[in-house]
Amino acid sequence: MDIPIARHALKSGGEKRQTSRKGQNRLTIILFLLPALALFTVFLIYPIVRSVYFSQFDWNGLGPAVKYVGLENFKRILSDKIFMTAVKNGLLIVVLSLTLQLPLSLALAIMVGRELPGRVFFRTIFFMPYVLSEVITGIIWLGLFNPDPERGFINALLVLIGLQPQTFLGNINQALPCIFVVLTWKYFGLHMLLFMAGLQNIPKELEEAARIDGANSWQIIKNVTIPLLSGTIRTSVYLSVVGALTQFNLVWIMTKGGPVNATEVMATYMYRYGFVRFWLGYGSAVALVMLLICLIFSIVYLKLVRPPDYLGTY
Amino acid sequence: MTVTAQHRRAVLKRTLSRGLQYLVLVIFTLIVLVPIVILVFGALKTRGEMYSLPYTIPNPPHWENFGKILSQSSFWTMLRNSLLVMVSTTLSVLAICSLAAFVFARLNFKGKNLLFNFLTLGLMFPITVAIMPVFLVIREMQLTNTHLAVILVQTAFQISGNIMILHGFFQAIPTELQDAAYIDGCNAFDFFWRILLPLARPALSAVGALTMIASWNDLLTPLVFIDKDVLWTLPLGTMQFQGQYGQDLALVAAFVTLSAVPTLIFYLFAERQIVSGLTAGALKG
Repeated sequence: MDIPIARHALKSGGEKRQTSRKGQNRLTIILFLLPALALFTVFLIYPIVRSVYFSQFDWNGLGPAVKYVGLENFKRILSDKIFMTAVKNGLLIVVLSLTLQLPLSLALAIMVGRELPGRVFFRTIFFMPYVLSEVITGIIWLGLFNPDPERGFINALLVLIGLQPQTFLGNINQALPCIFVVLTWKYFGLHMLLFMAGLQNIPKELEEAARIDGANSWQIIKNVTIPLLSGTIRTSVYLSVVGALTQFNLVWIMTKGGPVNATEVMATYMYRYGFVRFWLGYGSAVALVMLLICLIFSIVYLKLVRPPDYLGTY
Repeated sequence: MTVTAQHRRAVLKRTLSRGLQYLVLVIFTLIVLVPIVILVFGALKTRGEMYSLPYTIPNPPHWENFGKILSQSSFWTMLRNSLLVMVSTTLSVLAICSLAAFVFARLNFKGKNLLFNFLTLGLMFPITVAIMPVFLVIREMQLTNTHLAVILVQTAFQISGNIMILHGFFQAIPTELQDAAYIDGCNAFDFFWRILLPLARPALSAVGALTMIASWNDLLTPLVFIDKDVLWTLPLGTMQFQGQYGQDLALVAAFVTLSAVPTLIFYLFAERQIVSGLTAGALKG
């Protein structure tokens, strides 16, 4: 992190002088922004706007969309029990992420701290799953969760300590927690990394002062470290919630939403109807509902909790 | 006397808590590494060994699985496809985002904030949410079953985040440099090309590394846009391979290992760039 960031430093001087070069600058501005604006509009904004139109049709993709059904698709989504299960599962992953995954990452970050010998080694290891693709992660864990103790490592461990082997991903009650374990395995390193970077920014003197005043380690963490990390925590919470609400790859690879919709999330529901059954109108409507949920969360969160310092790219 | 006793107790306490810290960290290190090690071990076994001794160290290691996969042209085709998409997406993202971020960080014009907010709207939702609508537009443009579609869409969804990261970096470069360049007769493009970009090399490599990983690992875009197997990228191909050869666990493990190796090597070399990119905004001020 040797890159200096001084966001608002030295802003005004140069900009004033630039106004005298207006004509030339205008051309520069247009040319420089054009590629970004064009791609962003054509492949992100326009499709969403267009799907508002398609979402009002019963359309199987053969020929043009002609069978107008108004808001029928939306009514159907909101009254579909499976969709509600998907929303519920998504929320459950959100809750588990916020109550288990983030505190775990935070605890590990604090443990590694700022000067523990070997901190870079641990960071390198813990962050490794984040760079592995979800496909690779999913296949690795499919193997580990194999219900047969002769083949699945976790069941072999269970048998070794004298417990019954479990069906895990094939079990209605265990599948979602299993998916959450894999999500945690893959993502705790990212959050830990963000927390470690945040810790780096807290002046050591503050914690030392608290210690001299007689605070114990737990009090220091609770009253000094965590409040000073609140910016990073807000960012992590945001990434975590949006990530959990829109999770697709891992679930699709490991369970395809099953067994009996036990791991269904909004994105797998959308994929099933939109791409597998090819109900394009209905799929568009599901996408819009998801989008709306994300936007509402984002806007409310940003309004209530103040903008996070940084929003990740994924 | 009491001072040394107290001191000794403090040292003991610190050593104990250090020991406990390392214990926890080592446990988590194992949790992260064991699944990866089991995968690699599996890849080095024969199909029979995979069933009889699934978790032992492969002894002797069997490299046949790797040979089997590397001798299939389909693996190399996927590798080439993935590389093509990754390089194109990364170059487009670097070019497009640095141009735009430069304008936002260095030039002033009416409606700047509005445009900036518009272009960073993409931060509010990941691609999963919009994949259905995007697919319909790609289909209308008759771009399905092309790598171009994957590249364009990956790039579009990388714009918001990376403009944001680069904007922060560019603003940190002192304005005096810009003034000096203008006095020396540079125009905006000269300044951008000859001064800003070379100075921002760490930022560009951070954005580049993050984009490479995102593109290399992306499953959803190729899954939705491409069904011709000669166009598959590695993640898509890996998923299909697992579906097809799911019974031969050793072979699947070898395939997955081979597709993980490039990522892990890249990560070990580019860790610094990846970390600085991800934490760019978190390290505010």
